[in-house]
Amino acid sequence: MKTMMKRGFALTLPLALVFGAAAAAPSQAADTEITWLIDNSQSNQDVAKALVAAYEKANPGYKVTVVLRPGGADGDNLVKTKLATGVMEDVFTYNSGSLFQALAPSKNLLEITNEPFMKNVLSSFNPVVSVGKKVYGTPFGTAVGGGILYNKKVYAKLKLKVPTTWAEFMANNKKIKAAGIDPVIQSYKDTWTSQLFVLADYYNVQSASPNFAANYTANKEKYAKNPAALRGFEYIEELKKLNYFNRDYASTTYAQALDKVALGQGAHYPMATWAIPQIASQQPASLENVGFFAQPSSKASVNGVTVWVPSGTYIPANTKNAAAAKKFVGWMTTAKAVDVMNSVEGFAGGPYYIKNASIPNALPGAVKDLVKYFDRNATAPALEFVSPIKGPNLEKILIEVGLGIKTAKKAAADYDADVVKQAKQLGLKGW
Amino acid sequence: MKNFLRKNWIDFVAVPIGLFVFVAPFVLIFLTSTKNAEESFQFDFSLGEEFLLWQNIKTVLATNDGIVIRAFINSTIITFISVVLIVIVSSMAAFVFSRRPGKWTTFANVMILAGLIVPPAIVPTIWVLQKLNLFKTMQGLIFIEVAYSAAFAILIYKSFISSIPKEIDEAAAMDGCTGFSLYRRIIFPLLMPVNVTIIVTTSVAVFNDFTNPLYFLPGNENATVQLTLFYFQSAYLTQYNLLFTDILLITIPPLIVFIIFNKKIVSGLTAGSVKG
Amino acid sequence: MTKSKSKKKIKSPYSYRLAAPVGIIFLVFFIIPTIVSFFFSMTRWTLFDWEFIGFENFIQYFKEASLAIGFKNTLIYGVVTSGLKVIIGLALALLLTGRLRAKGFLRSVVYFPVLVSTIGVGFTFSVLMDPNYGVINKAIVSLGKSIGWETYGPGWLVDPNLLPLFSVAFVDVWKGVGMATVIFMAGLATIPREYYEALEVDGGGAWDKFKNITLPLVQPATAAVVILSFIGGLRSFDLIWAMTNGGPGFLSDVIASINYKQYQAGFYGLATAGNVILLFFVLAITGPIYWYFNRKEQEA
Repeated sequence: MKTMMKRGFALTLPLALVFGAAAAAPSQAADTEITWLIDNSQSNQDVAKALVAAYEKANPGYKVTVVLRPGGADGDNLVKTKLATGVMEDVFTYNSGSLFQALAPSKNLLEITNEPFMKNVLSSFNPVVSVGKKVYGTPFGTAVGGGILYNKKVYAKLKLKVPTTWAEFMANNKKIKAAGIDPVIQSYKDTWTSQLFVLADYYNVQSASPNFAANYTANKEKYAKNPAALRGFEYIEELKKLNYFNRDYASTTYAQALDKVALGQGAHYPMATWAIPQIASQQPASLENVGFFAQPSSKASVNGVTVWVPSGTYIPANTKNAAAAKKFVGWMTTAKAVDVMNSVEGFAGGPYYIKNASIPNALPGAVKDLVKYFDRNATAPALEFVSPIKGPNLEKILIEVGLGIKTAKKAAADYDADVVKQAKQLGLKGW
Repeated sequence: MKNFLRKNWIDFVAVPIGLFVFVAPFVLIFLTSTKNAEESFQFDFSLGEEFLLWQNIKTVLATNDGIVIRAFINSTIITFISVVLIVIVSSMAAFVFSRRPGKWTTFANVMILAGLIVPPAIVPTIWVLQKLNLFKTMQGLIFIEVAYSAAFAILIYKSFISSIPKEIDEAAAMDGCTGFSLYRRIIFPLLMPVNVTIIVTTSVAVFNDFTNPLYFLPGNENATVQLTLFYFQSAYLTQYNLLFTDILLITIPPLIVFIIFNKKIVSGLTAGSVKG
Repeated sequence: MTKSKSKKKIKSPYSYRLAAPVGIIFLVFFIIPTIVSFFFSMTRWTLFDWEFIGFENFIQYFKEASLAIGFKNTLIYGVVTSGLKVIIGLALALLLTGRLRAKGFLRSVVYFPVLVSTIGVGFTFSVLMDPNYGVINKAIVSLGKSIGWETYGPGWLVDPNLLPLFSVAFVDVWKGVGMATVIFMAGLATIPREYYEALEVDGGGAWDKFKNITLPLVQPATAAVVILSFIGGLRSFDLIWAMTNGGPGFLSDVIASINYKQYQAGFYGLATAGNVILLFFVLAITGPIYWYFNRKEQEA
């Protein structure tokens, strides 16, 4: 899940050669002063600013300087290069799961397994920031769910029911198309957004083949060979053939797509609920017109949501300010820090992995829809949190399917070939 | 009047086309930077409802503790020193290579070609810089810029110097003027026309360089102007007016260089290709 | 032995020491990292660790699905941009050395984009070429309306049938043609007037002048334009990356952008291997051109 695991919005830069703008910190005077690297999505910037202000207020004499990095693949590259060249900030926030594994954590990161603040963290978070039994990170933000954002007004007007199966979903789409509304929004200008149909389908894949992740990691399962896994690719192919996408989907941006679903110019937008804060800021009046449902499956009995575990906050092994860094990271696991995060957006995007974390009552409708799946325990982590393998080209390959350049079958085979590089790079067995 | 039109009809065709093709994009940049955030989404050829250029400039300059101002200072220093170094070291080398055929010169020719063709290897370069304690320093970036521009500069100088008659330096050599003093007293003063070409092309290349500062000079306090463009593009995604204001601002220095050297750009090249 | 010694005694006035400063800088900051990267192209390299794997990266690289597109696009991009720069550049140079009154003005206008940041240009044009909001398509749509057509403008950078690569190549030419023009103008200025006058006496027309005098005598300039823009075209990817990211899908990928993506994904060994391959690819294509023009120049 390369570029997607962020709360606000991952930017696919149209700029050349971009690698990282803001970078290393000014040299520190005392070890009460630290730097914190975080990606530059607007919502993360706001949250970071508020957190630092609250922390400095609660701990006089301590100082945290926020340093911004780009999101997406450029951000990945920057983080790796910084670690490799020993110029990483004292604290940094970065994806958990497969991208975390690619950082060579046992070599580059400070182990925090036995730190006292780890008791604040729900232990279900630990696997996505651990190598073996050693834990390296704390959760930043909330879990979010991937599925379909839909416009409730369109649904009400056409008297549609929230679908649980793909057949129902397609029946809805047919009616929506007949009513002159775009059934499904795609936004290929921001390439990462093309991946949702495949990635958010993982709950369904897992329920069809429960050992998929382990076998996939062991080179025994392939997207092209497992019919359940292939479905995600086929969905896109099907929608393209029926011409169900918005006309300008090849050049639509993520922000424009959010406008479309909020304003009802399109009925569905496959996306994760990290989009909700951005909708709240772009179209505050229409926020409540947006609902959420899990990606439809092939059987009515299977209906659950694929979950993205929050990013982690890590400390590099070679920091000179380990004590101050730990103090700050520890503080961020407190219920107090959670309150600060909630206060920035006025609501939580989903459940936290922090004990005693409060969730404000006033949740947007789409988040309430998501929480229902958690209440039913109908959730599964996205593949990238249970397998270290994620090829870099999935988003581009899926765009090829969406544009009709490649068939679903061929695309799945190409993606299977794409992940080989990653698996070899990680030195996995059986590749 | 009719005669005037007939005689100059090419002007009446060429000037509007030239304006349309080459000037219109800059007009768009300017117009967008006078708008507010919402209007800037309409990429049309109109001024903003209110003329907000000055306010946008102020906002851009104030962003992130004046990162743009810092960037302008950094970029100016880096560009100036790099260009001076490139002019001196490349012309010296080109002088030798164009005058003294031999194994080393053949080797140098291969290296020049390599310098033009080979894409630089980023991470090994970072390691070298770290070994020399030059990583994240302006000196380091300056050396990089010199190294990457050298091939092109030497190539241009070589072709120019080969047009300077050899008899000139033979005469000087008779008087015992050789090596560096020959270069400095006799050759360098003759290079002025081609220096203009090199100064213009390399100063612009260094000033507009985006990749190398990104890799070799990380750090907010070290920002260069092209990085600020990136900053506005990612941090103010919905505020095209600010992005374009920044584009406008960073286009000013090349414009100044252009105004100063405009007339000499062609004459420099012309002088370079005159066969001696 | 004695022979070479006596040779050495006559000290050349052109000491190689003058080349030392640039030589050292070039060696340390360019050659050494390049050589190191040759080694790393044979490793699986995570930045944190490396393992020697021989030629496996090269084998893997040639399996890359988009590689065929990449090679093809690289060539197309190089040929199209350098070809157009030669043709348009020469045409403009002839125009600007001709009878035009607004010469100075037009030359400035044509040359100025050369000096502007590639990133800024790429960004401006991707806005101009936006299918919905871009000025270009707005003009097309309103033009269509005026003749009673309800049209959509083309997706310059996104339509798989339109080859976004050509849109980018167009911008590349827009930005770079000023340089070609100026080089050609310099070349034209070296052609003695008398040649043309002589031909006029013989009753040669404008076309004869162009074919028999201008074209052959402006050849060194042509060589410079071809070599510079062709090498630039084969290597370039900043504009492509700025405008399309190699997309949609892999349609506008060139070798350099494929390499960059490997690099971005953290496959440093593979990316370095890609750089080595690009190096040989460019060398194999431009090498002969370079030597061809070089020989011609020496003959002239």
